[in-house]
Amino acid sequence: MRRDGDAARPPSRRWGRLNPPLLAGAATLAGLVLLAGIAPVLWRDAAQTLTADLRLPPSWDHVLGTDPFGRDVLARALVATRLTLTMSVLATAVSFVAGVAIGSLLHLAPRWPREVALRLIDSAVAFPSLVFALVIAAVLGPGASSAVIAIGVAGVPGFARLTANLAASVSHREFVRTAALLGVPGPRILTRHVLPNVSGPLLVLLTSSFALTLLEISSLSFVGLGVQSPQYDWGRLLNEALPSIYDQPSLVVAPSVMLVVAGIGAMLLGDGVATALDPRRERRPVPAPAVAEPAPAAAAKPAVAEPAPEPAAGAAGGTPGPAALPVDPRVVLLVDGLTVGTAHDVLVDDVTFTIRAGEVVGLVGESGSGKSTIAMAVAGLLPDGLAVRARRLVLRDDAGDLDLLGSPPARRMATGIGVVYQDPGTTFNPALRLGAQLTEVQRVHLRRGRREATQDLVRALTEVSVTEPARRLRQHPHELSGGMLQRASIAAAMSAAPRLLVADEPTTALDVTVQAEVLRQFRRINVVHSTAMLFISHDIGVVGALCDTVLVLHRGRIVDRTSGAALRAGHAVHPYTRALLAATPSTADTDEPLHAVRWDGKEVAAP
Amino acid sequence: MSALTTVSAAGAAPDGRTPGHVVPGRRRLGGGWLGFAVRRLGGLLLAGTVLVVTTFLIVPLIPGDPARAIAGTNASPAAVAAIRARLGLDEPLGQRFLDYVTGLLSGDLGTSFRFGTPVGEVVTSRLPYTAQLALPAIVVVLLVAVPLGMTVGVLTRGGRRRWLDVGFGTLAGLLASLPAYVAATGLIVVFAIALDLLPPGGAETASSSVLPIAALAIGPAFAVARVVRQETASVLDQDYLRTARGRRLPAHRLYLRHALPNLLTSVLTLTGLVLTSLLGGTVIIENVFSYPGLGTAVVEAIVYRDYPVIQGVILSVGALALVVNLLVDVVLGLIDPRTLEGAPDAS
Repeated sequence: MRRDGDAARPPSRRWGRLNPPLLAGAATLAGLVLLAGIAPVLWRDAAQTLTADLRLPPSWDHVLGTDPFGRDVLARALVATRLTLTMSVLATAVSFVAGVAIGSLLHLAPRWPREVALRLIDSAVAFPSLVFALVIAAVLGPGASSAVIAIGVAGVPGFARLTANLAASVSHREFVRTAALLGVPGPRILTRHVLPNVSGPLLVLLTSSFALTLLEISSLSFVGLGVQSPQYDWGRLLNEALPSIYDQPSLVVAPSVMLVVAGIGAMLLGDGVATALDPRRERRPVPAPAVAEPAPAAAAKPAVAEPAPEPAAGAAGGTPGPAALPVDPRVVLLVDGLTVGTAHDVLVDDVTFTIRAGEVVGLVGESGSGKSTIAMAVAGLLPDGLAVRARRLVLRDDAGDLDLLGSPPARRMATGIGVVYQDPGTTFNPALRLGAQLTEVQRVHLRRGRREATQDLVRALTEVSVTEPARRLRQHPHELSGGMLQRASIAAAMSAAPRLLVADEPTTALDVTVQAEVLRQFRRINVVHSTAMLFISHDIGVVGALCDTVLVLHRGRIVDRTSGAALRAGHAVHPYTRALLAATPSTADTDEPLHAVRWDGKEVAAP
Repeated sequence: MSALTTVSAAGAAPDGRTPGHVVPGRRRLGGGWLGFAVRRLGGLLLAGTVLVVTTFLIVPLIPGDPARAIAGTNASPAAVAAIRARLGLDEPLGQRFLDYVTGLLSGDLGTSFRFGTPVGEVVTSRLPYTAQLALPAIVVVLLVAVPLGMTVGVLTRGGRRRWLDVGFGTLAGLLASLPAYVAATGLIVVFAIALDLLPPGGAETASSSVLPIAALAIGPAFAVARVVRQETASVLDQDYLRTARGRRLPAHRLYLRHALPNLLTSVLTLTGLVLTSLLGGTVIIENVFSYPGLGTAVVEAIVYRDYPVIQGVILSVGALALVVNLLVDVVLGLIDPRTLEGAPDAS
């Protein structure tokens, strides 16, 4: 359900568009409403007149037979639609009106009573609504109207809580605060600004609670606490069918079918309304790659007339040209003609580079330039839906060449490539202790015992200056700071002594002081273990400080190859690299203005 | 480059700590399970109070004269007066509430009007039967919903197998909206009458609880399975799952060890209410199976206006709901200790 194949759908406004569940649900309920209108007019006699034709089997005259009193079974089920729907609508209206009113009043109430009342409502919602329905049924005695009130009142806490919660969340938003600052009185803010903005979720709750209400009212009638004879709704009909369930099991069919149809119709409508109001519920067809948004420059000018990459000869620090690629025995990673794209878009276009043992290669570019896509393509961790092509994509280790394009053996991948990700806040599994996650490669792929792997990791954590490493490993990720986590993930990535370390914006999510410490760890690893490193960053200052070779990416292509030394010295030949340098506060002279990067592939906007 | 080197010198603090960087939302209120117990006890007390006050209010809220309503319209004035005295209706409301609460605290739930037996006995003889249906049904719901929803979620990840996605969505949607009492009636017709495989009611043998548990579990199982499927899709999209894939773990380890705990957390948080409302379903379907639990007791008691029994049963069903809520929270805490820190309104 709820799926659209087309990614190019325009972003929906308030009502997205009509979806199949919405239409099916609305059609079903409309049919029932129509039935409620006409059935009592057409078939009341057949449904209610006692005849001598007792317990007739299905026939032409009586499609579903007759009941023990000679009444037409189908006619009774159809006529009962009116009473069932009427009661459900009334009860839902009671819940909705009273709930929204209480929720709104709570919103306007002073803090203290509001908190108390919210707590009370919270504990009321924890009980099955039937508990309150039974209380009301006990107070008022069995009967149709008491069933309506019972189920209606039982639904009040749900609406009250949702209204109060939604109103609270909306009232923190700018426009409500602005209105309050302008002196708009509270009730007016509520009706003009708050309620219209919470109407979506309330509507979703309204439709889904209509379904529940209908089934619950019928359940009261079914156990004999709701509609009383001679009146009948579907629940009552089912109740009356039970005593003769052995002689005439077919009696249960009609009311059951009606209940199920109504329940499904209301559920579909609820689903449909939810989808229509909240397009995010409609699952994305293909997870969008992290680099999908085009840079402003790219938006202005479609991808034609890309200039050929500047000749690397002058600026490049150490990367050999493509012809020399396979020759150098020290090469650890060989990327030749890497192209990554979706059905509509090319994200990485014919990228070629190598990394030798001990070399740190930096990929730099603005967001959307394709640098993370390259990193994840090398690591084999691209999201579904992206096609990867390359002339060669090879990792060389002691066991020989590993073709990264096929499906390389898990163990060699896990031990050959270490990966450090961008945001330590989201890359750790929140439910597992650090030790369990970080020793996983050791235990799963290197078959080492838990204790042994933990001891190793403690050593590695000490090396990256994580305090109290043994205790940290027994903690959950949320108990550690971001910098601590990032250093732990560096230690874990290095635990299998990989030939290549891929670091995808490892410092971006950290604040500046922590960044520097993490960078120091990368430098240390590079010096001590002479690990080849692919280092991604949008910060040309960081890349210049750490990397031997720097590849500048723009819209999926390498536009410049330079060296960290050149960047540190402030030398940049290529106009785009110059623009990036000029836009970096850490490298720009303080008395010069900062410049925004804007390069359409031909010239530099900044002087 | 000077800026960066200064920064890195400053960042390399001697103890390697990272000053000023605290994960937001981190509060150690009493820490772990102790804080959880304290907070949960408060919640239980409040919910218990709501329950006690609500059940107490049943009699005072009866429209007109409660004693007259209980005795019936044809009762003699003497009979009405007797009931009035027995219920203490002449005393002020506050005093009656106090009596009610002290009675409850000493385990005295009152005496059944209809049978003359203590309500405590009625409840203790019936509660086990209801628990025997509801708790296994909850287990069945989770045992069906989680593997099913997760399997479908994994198989349809990233837009694979659209037919399965649509088919499962439709089928689960249909079954999820099947009310327990309709399911119960259908199951009796098919399995007890047509096939004669299982008893249609009663509680004499173990086999007689098969149909009630099945009827109770069908709807919630598929409702929860839909949630599981949706949550699977969203968990598989998370960064930490990519990290786990980066460790090239075998599929079972990836899904069971890395995805499942996170999945269960959100699923249990989202479906706690489905599980407690299953208790409501139990009350109803006991009447289909003439099952000697709290549900049949309360329905009869309402019909016969046996208020002490009504109060006792509603108190017990409410207490069962609180137990289920508490169990859900404990399981949540075991799976994901973050939930112990007390989300603002996790149910």
